[in-house]
Amino acid sequence: MSRTPKEPVKLVPVPSTNKIPERDIDKSPILECRHLGIDFGGLAAVKDFNMAIGRTEIAGLIGPNGAGKTTVFNLLTKVYQPTRGTILVDGVDTHNMNTVQVNKAGIARTFQNIRLFSNLSVEDNVKLGLHNHINYNMWSGILRLPRYWNAERLAHERAMELLSIFDMGYLAKYKAGSLPYGDQRKLEIVRALATNPSLLLLDEPAAGMNPSETAELMDNIVKIRDTFGIAILLIEHDMNLVMGICEGIAVLNFGQIIAKGTPDEIKNDPVVIEAYLGKRKEA
Amino acid sequence: MSRVVNRLANMNKTTRSSVFTYALVVGAFVILQLLRMTTGLGSVLEGQLIPICAYVTMALALNLVVGVSGELSLGHAGFMSIGAFLGCAAANGLAELIPFTPVRLGVAMVIGAALAGFFGFLIGIPVLRLNGDYLAIVTLAFGEIIKSVLTNTYLAVDKKGLHFSFLTDKNALEEGGLQLIRGPMGVMNTQRISTFTVGFVLVVITLVVIFNLVNSRTGRAIMAARDNRIAAESVGISVTKYKMIAFVTSAALAGAAGTLYGCSQTTFVATKFDFNTSILILVFVVLGGLGNMWGSVIAAAALTILPEALRQFADYRMLVYAIVLILVMLATNNPAIWGFFARLRERREEKKGGAAQ
Repeated sequence: MSRTPKEPVKLVPVPSTNKIPERDIDKSPILECRHLGIDFGGLAAVKDFNMAIGRTEIAGLIGPNGAGKTTVFNLLTKVYQPTRGTILVDGVDTHNMNTVQVNKAGIARTFQNIRLFSNLSVEDNVKLGLHNHINYNMWSGILRLPRYWNAERLAHERAMELLSIFDMGYLAKYKAGSLPYGDQRKLEIVRALATNPSLLLLDEPAAGMNPSETAELMDNIVKIRDTFGIAILLIEHDMNLVMGICEGIAVLNFGQIIAKGTPDEIKNDPVVIEAYLGKRKEA
Repeated sequence: MSRVVNRLANMNKTTRSSVFTYALVVGAFVILQLLRMTTGLGSVLEGQLIPICAYVTMALALNLVVGVSGELSLGHAGFMSIGAFLGCAAANGLAELIPFTPVRLGVAMVIGAALAGFFGFLIGIPVLRLNGDYLAIVTLAFGEIIKSVLTNTYLAVDKKGLHFSFLTDKNALEEGGLQLIRGPMGVMNTQRISTFTVGFVLVVITLVVIFNLVNSRTGRAIMAARDNRIAAESVGISVTKYKMIAFVTSAALAGAAGTLYGCSQTTFVATKFDFNTSILILVFVVLGGLGNMWGSVIAAAALTILPEALRQFADYRMLVYAIVLILVMLATNNPAIWGFFARLRERREEKKGGAAQ
């Protein structure tokens, strides 16, 4: 299950104000977007989006409603094909890839409106995340060769291990669609983690959670980063969560990045305050 | 004995349902064979045994596409006819080469299944990339096209090899040559080599293939693609590939069922496998429940016997058939009846809970 080491990639330096944590500064970023943009008809939903994320960074993407945050996620995972710009995942250009290939390249995501396989069990949902790491083919499955039993046993153990991150092992046999909302969100994270990503995209992970659940989620996000050694990019409206765990934050408004920096810098940035609250009327 | 009961009770729902289906099929086979050996079944049922096996296989195969993979196919009779025509042609052509009939039928079924699967693959390439109802429309057209093509196909064999034509059956055959497919006259079997036992074996193989496929990595991916296409792609599952696997497997099983059916008839024509037949098979699947395999088995068997059993109504036969169908649909979807069964289950579980305390 270990990640195969990749060739070190020489990056062309780009003039941008990308901020990545100091511990990651010597390593090539896991994700780099250069001048990314997409048009829907005449509307430029995202324009000139530049961002770099360090290997073990927890980064936040915030902005008012309709700013284009989820569109950025859809661009990164190739649900939409970008009109302009480049996405480098671990130094590899993804411009010819589809959603499936981008996942294999190391990006996994959750969805704002939960998309579980709701008719399947919780365990099967996680096993579907493990799909590309379960090594047997269709014929071994039909003929029930020893390969099938071994691989399924390993997959079961791995699935239960992953579920235990959120203490959800006891739910394994339930239908995913029958879980409470908070558990469904957690299951989506577990399913995404099961694909063995190097970058995890979380789209509003705390939506619909109460403050104590959110606090628990914050601990778990940090725990996931530390255990798996991966980078996490999250969209969130809960500022306690964003300011609490994100190391770098980018603020998006009308499809453009208006500010980048540490939580403290963002909190006091007049441009950000204006985007969220409007401009103070001069007396 | 109680250990067996305990194990059954502890099984999860999918395993229990597959065990029940195997038991149902094997039980029905044993009872029917015993009846045949002792009292006899009567000519009506006796003649329906092989078609029942063929239609049960068809229903199971279509359930894999409609129930498990979530795509609608309206042309499964087309795959059945490919299996029937080419499989039976192969069986007749191989008569001298393989004198032992069960083996010859087996080889013919494999040929029928392979060719039907190949056609399924060809249709799947363009269609399974799309969302929505395209598969239904294209398979509907495929069923009609294959019917017309087979009605105009002439195939013969002699010492020089195979002779094939779309125009005429006046192939210059050498002595000892054999007409395999005779255009609008269909296929005439030299021997009816299908037996009930072979049909039973085909149904069991179909069940093994479908259950083992569904409860494996591949089956999970097929169901994931059905439940949520975008989520499936986001975890690295190629939706097109798995829809294709389900569709080709289903087409191949339908081809084998077609060979079984064709080789049980003295003669049959391409118009037998028309749109009505495709819809009939879809009715088996819908009546039995989408994704519910034992439901498909029972529905296919019952609805194959029903028209024969209703012969006494003579002219009103199809009318009574339709009424029975509507009544069954109403009854199985009736909340009052579902509630009754739910209460029964609750009471049983309460009893179990009480015993444990």
